Amino acid sequence: MSRKTAAAARPLSPHLQIYRLIPTMLMSIVHRITGGALYFGTLLLAWWLIAAATSEHAFDIANAFFGSWLGRLILLGYTWALLHHLLGGIRHLIWDTGSWMGKETSTRLARATIIGSVVLTLLVWIAGYAARGAF
Amino acid sequence: MTDMQTPLRKIRGLGAAREGTGHFWRLRVAAVALIVLSLYFLGFVISLNGADYTTVHAALAQPFAALMIGLFVLVGLIHMRLGMQEIIEDYIHVEWQNLVLLILSTFFCVVVGVASIFALLKLTLGG
Repeated sequence: MSRKTAAAARPLSPHLQIYRLIPTMLMSIVHRITGGALYFGTLLLAWWLIAAATSEHAFDIANAFFGSWLGRLILLGYTWALLHHLLGGIRHLIWDTGSWMGKETSTRLARATIIGSVVLTLLVWIAGYAARGAF
Repeated sequence: MTDMQTPLRKIRGLGAAREGTGHFWRLRVAAVALIVLSLYFLGFVISLNGADYTTVHAALAQPFAALMIGLFVLVGLIHMRLGMQEIIEDYIHVEWQNLVLLILSTFFCVVVGVASIFALLKLTLGG
């Protein structure tokens, strides 16, 4: 009881909406969102593996979904989320060593994360279609 | 006063989450492993794009591929459980809701993990 009133009366530090959006902040938010998306994306991977282990029929159902326009859209998003989270993660590992944390450098890293993730996503999908024999 | 520990002894090495830097460190160790594992996974999936059941089944039945995909799933689940814990702790401040979500998240990761590993074992060992 006393705990609740004390918490309510306590002043709160300002949150997201009070700050001007800057690249490092945006990439931090996107890192968390892509992480959350990848969390539920593992369901697709598990489905694919279980389908392959179950039967040809089960696999064809999964394959048909992944091959549909909705499935492809989801997989495109999954690819981008994975690559963005991967690059963002590498950025965080660099920062963990205390390097490249200056204002200009960290902003450049944030821009590199978004540009790199989009470029790599396109490359992965081009490679994917090449493996399919589309070219 | 049966407790003989000094207050300093009780809190030494422990942060507010009562586990010091353990969470931070495990998340990082898994992240380092995932750099390699996720790149392997991407390459594996690209090479199988558009492949039929027989080809995918044969590719997943190879011991090395099954091992790498299994590691990707396991390490990925460890990493994402820790990450989701951070999200839940940041946004859910009602203690019972917080606990329920953390437990559900653990269940989710264990179920996805056991199902995936079972599928991989069946693919490699089941013939």
